[in-house]
Amino acid sequence: MDGWAILSLLIWLPILGGLIVLVAGDKLSRPVALIFSVLTFVVSLPLWTGFDASSYLMQFEEKHVWIDTFNINYYLGVDGIAMPLIILNTFITVLIVIAGWEVIKKKPAQYMAAFLIMEGIINGVFAAQDAMLFYIFFEAMLIPMFLVIGVWGGVNRVYATIKFFLYTFFGSVFMLISLIYMYNQGGSFAIADMYNLKLGMTAQILIFLSFLIAFGVKVPMWPVHTWLPDAHVEAPTGGSVILAAIMLKIGGYGFLRFSLPMVPDAARELTWLVIFMSLTAVVYIGFVALVQKDMKKLVAYSSIAHMGFVTLGFFLVYAIYNNTGSYEGSVLAMQGGMVQMVSHGFISGAMFLCIGVLYDRMHTREIDAYGGVANTMPIFTAFFVLFAMANTGLPGTSGFVGEFMVILASFKANFWIAFLAATTLIVGAGYTLWLVKRVIFGGVANDQVAMLQDINKREFTFLAVLAFAVLLVGLWPQPLIHVMEATIVHIVDLATQTKLPGVN
Amino acid sequence: MMENIYLAIPLAPLIGAIIAGVFGGKIGRTAAHIATIAGVATACVLSFIVLKHIAFDGNTYNETVYTWAATEGIAFNVGFLIDNLTAMMMVVVTFVSLMVHIYTIGYMEHDEHNWPEESLVGRNSYQRFFSYISLFTFSMLMLVMSNNFMQLFFGWEAVGLVSYLLIGFWSTRDTAIFANMKAFLVNRVGDFGFLLGIAAVLMYFGSMDYAEVFAKAPEVVGKTINIYGAAEWSVITVACILLFVGAMGKSAQVPLHVWLPDSMEGPTPISALIHAATMVTAGIFMVARMSPLFELSTTALSFVLIIGSITAFFMGLIGIVQNDIKRVVAYSTLSQLGYMTVALGAGVYGAAVFHLMTHAFFKALLFLAAGSVIIAMHHEQDMRKMGGLKKYMPITYWTSLIGSLALIGFPGFSGFFSKDLIIEAVHESHVPGAHFAYWMVLLGVFVTAFYSFRMFFLVFHGKERMDDHTKHHLKESPWVVTVPLIALAIPAVISGYLLDPMVVGDFFKGAIKGVGEHESLVSEISHHYHGIFPFILHGLSATPFWLAMGGLGSAWFIYMRKPEIAEWFYNKFRWIHTLLDNKYFIDDFNQKIFAGGAVALGKGLWKYGDRMLIDTGLVNDSAGFIKKLAGWSRYLQTGYMYHYAFSMIIGVLALMGWIIYKAG
Repeated sequence: MDGWAILSLLIWLPILGGLIVLVAGDKLSRPVALIFSVLTFVVSLPLWTGFDASSYLMQFEEKHVWIDTFNINYYLGVDGIAMPLIILNTFITVLIVIAGWEVIKKKPAQYMAAFLIMEGIINGVFAAQDAMLFYIFFEAMLIPMFLVIGVWGGVNRVYATIKFFLYTFFGSVFMLISLIYMYNQGGSFAIADMYNLKLGMTAQILIFLSFLIAFGVKVPMWPVHTWLPDAHVEAPTGGSVILAAIMLKIGGYGFLRFSLPMVPDAARELTWLVIFMSLTAVVYIGFVALVQKDMKKLVAYSSIAHMGFVTLGFFLVYAIYNNTGSYEGSVLAMQGGMVQMVSHGFISGAMFLCIGVLYDRMHTREIDAYGGVANTMPIFTAFFVLFAMANTGLPGTSGFVGEFMVILASFKANFWIAFLAATTLIVGAGYTLWLVKRVIFGGVANDQVAMLQDINKREFTFLAVLAFAVLLVGLWPQPLIHVMEATIVHIVDLATQTKLPGVN
Repeated sequence: MMENIYLAIPLAPLIGAIIAGVFGGKIGRTAAHIATIAGVATACVLSFIVLKHIAFDGNTYNETVYTWAATEGIAFNVGFLIDNLTAMMMVVVTFVSLMVHIYTIGYMEHDEHNWPEESLVGRNSYQRFFSYISLFTFSMLMLVMSNNFMQLFFGWEAVGLVSYLLIGFWSTRDTAIFANMKAFLVNRVGDFGFLLGIAAVLMYFGSMDYAEVFAKAPEVVGKTINIYGAAEWSVITVACILLFVGAMGKSAQVPLHVWLPDSMEGPTPISALIHAATMVTAGIFMVARMSPLFELSTTALSFVLIIGSITAFFMGLIGIVQNDIKRVVAYSTLSQLGYMTVALGAGVYGAAVFHLMTHAFFKALLFLAAGSVIIAMHHEQDMRKMGGLKKYMPITYWTSLIGSLALIGFPGFSGFFSKDLIIEAVHESHVPGAHFAYWMVLLGVFVTAFYSFRMFFLVFHGKERMDDHTKHHLKESPWVVTVPLIALAIPAVISGYLLDPMVVGDFFKGAIKGVGEHESLVSEISHHYHGIFPFILHGLSATPFWLAMGGLGSAWFIYMRKPEIAEWFYNKFRWIHTLLDNKYFIDDFNQKIFAGGAVALGKGLWKYGDRMLIDTGLVNDSAGFIKKLAGWSRYLQTGYMYHYAFSMIIGVLALMGWIIYKAG
């Protein structure tokens, strides 16, 4: 595949597909969308097979001058952390198209187009190696999502879309200022150049805080998380899936791509803040999830708690050094965070699809409206219980891998960090199993539940594919860990060197 | 050759489980139970071959099957460590599992009656049940065969999952789905400690592999960890106590015992297999496996000893007031697990594992016998409605008698050897708390005998208290039920005679470490030991025997001769009955404080944290603030040229002033 601009193809093929779907009209939109999403997924596979896991350098690079005056380049490339996320994105989009097949009755062409265009833009976010290009994709991504919630959303969609948009937009504006500042200092928007830029402590702190707001809102971290439950509740199933499975990952990715390597001294200085926010997400949000009455809200809160492990894993590096005097364990922690991102993509996607399956039949997400679903939907139950168990981090499922690695590593940082992080074993099981008990088990609660039809072939397909992914990563995470290893070792390297001027 | 056998042992039941679970609806009931029984039977036969190869031919095996993950030089492997301890566990697990599989054919034959007619999930419940118990066998084998902490945790949680699925098997029953969630969550509290323990091991030993960790243990002895304040804790003590918290969950030790009695909501075959013979003993097995670490911390051993002795005595007491036949056996299991834990705490790991083995046989037997009674009684479990079943069910009767005699430690039966050994060892032990533990286990002997024979007499002797309809249908269970009873009754008697090679001898030489003081404890016992028959004779004159006889006699006198004594006692000491009947109010406490507290905390955080403080306070108010700000800023854009000109002049002046100030 050498010579093929795979990354460009991954960005522009789905966008082109989206436009074609719009032209094709409602009737043809579904098959056309499926063809393009599958095609994009297939095109993304050589990234995996052709990837050189022994190198942390950017691969599949493409570089063209874009805006010469400001030295902005159309510069693409992937390393061990971007590549799995791109494949996750192309994979999930195929499932979204299948999941929306019969369900979306209103303007299906525009619905499918929005997701295809979003797919291209998000691939651009992960592939961009020029900070300005990254920023443009980062903001552009909001538009299709805004439309998806705003057009196909629930009753309160207007409040939710505005909250979603303002929150995330508010976050990224500060990032833009920081990027421009760094350009002024170093004369380049290339991310790799920014890694080499010497920066004073004050500048670093301010830049770090601006990144923290931009990516923290996306993740979302406590206390800037309240847009997520609202967005999820109002979003259609596909929107929730993309939101949880892919968009949240951009926040985590940003910390690894920008914060840690660009402003390591500030990260070291403020690591306590991020760890505090992450642990609050794990503990506090866990309890909030426990009392939710809406299934989607519950899973949304559980997403926030799980993403807390991601940010915790990424920022343990300095705490481990402070406690043990060595960085040993940092790679384990960061790997754990990355595996958790990928795994959460599968599990939260699956959970939202499951809720979608129920919602399509009952038109309610209230937990109290259900009860005894197992009696009428046994096959669905098998999937739901599997994904619920993955959500509680059961070994053998992907949900276990990341949490396990992060908790093991956090013990090296501090006993109490590990202690608080590990409470998820209890609280996470608490809210998930209570949900299962109330929705799935028990006698048939009412006539609507008694009338439920078990999943059809289409629904079986996407749930089975996700179940396979969850078990595969759970039983053999080594291939995934292997492709990320070199890059993560490199990021730990960058994050542990000082960039203060005058040192070195 | 042997490698393939090791791999085949866990995989055979897994394949059976997949066939019955995924294709159960298509292949039907008979094919499902044939597939699963074939899988477990294969595992069982191969386990005996392994036992021969390992224990008699003196081999050990410790190899990796595949690398699950490796990063930063730490390998997380899936691999097997097969030594005498593992081989014995494999035989016990697969043998009891096989018996339970066969028994299930009879027990679950009419399971469709346990489901509402319209329930689809009840359609294939028979196949699903077989799938689950085979899956359990796979998980349990992975647990005992593991050679590292990661896989141990994998098996540990996997057996917990199957336990969850099986306790809540009759998912239309509210009590069942409450019990299974409770079991999972309480176990997770234990796993929480267990995982932290594993994290401690990784941090200080730098490996997940048993052999490497144990080899490094002497180096870690002096290291300390600062957890709170200035106090320095020994790393080994902290790690061992954390690991033991896991064992407290799985092996149901006070205060994490609360889930086990409720787990009786599940079908009886799994009560026998999971909640008596195998899964609940995983904690005991784990501590025995970790003996090279526990040996290095007297503090941890003392903790283990105290917890075990409290469980052994106080849980037995509750057994006395239970009327549900399965719950009596459940409390008896708790108490016996306490005995095993006491042995671990005293440092005689071999004795603990020996009692684990004998208990697996006689307790599985007692549960299956109870199940046989329950079938005959048309799923009536209240002993007050039984009585006089002896003449209707001779095989169940005699096998129950054997099981009960083994349980109370009647000389010559398996429980006698293992329990006597524990009591003896605690008597000799110098671990702090041993004195207290000795009294607890000694008094426990009386309690055990009392509740066991209270149950025995209430069920099989005395007046027939059931209704006429049930009475007319009373009959012995079919052969699929009685054959496993007989097959388990045999080891329930004879497995005790393995005392000679297993504990006194050096069966566990490589697997279980007794060093220093505890080594001498074992040799002390060996020193007094002059062969199996003198041991029995000695037992006949020792205190535990007379306590057991006292308990048996009291049960006979009170429940056969003078029932008014029970009545009188109940009236006189009603508070004791209330206390026991409410299980020391621990359940109510947990329900109110922990479950209630968690929900209240969640509501509080949601209402005041998320909605009031963050949403209303920060987000919507800042939106409101910006609106106001915009309102004010409107005044800046009045549209009048002179306003703009004025502000421009002011601005230029201010700027010039600042520059001059800076320059000056």
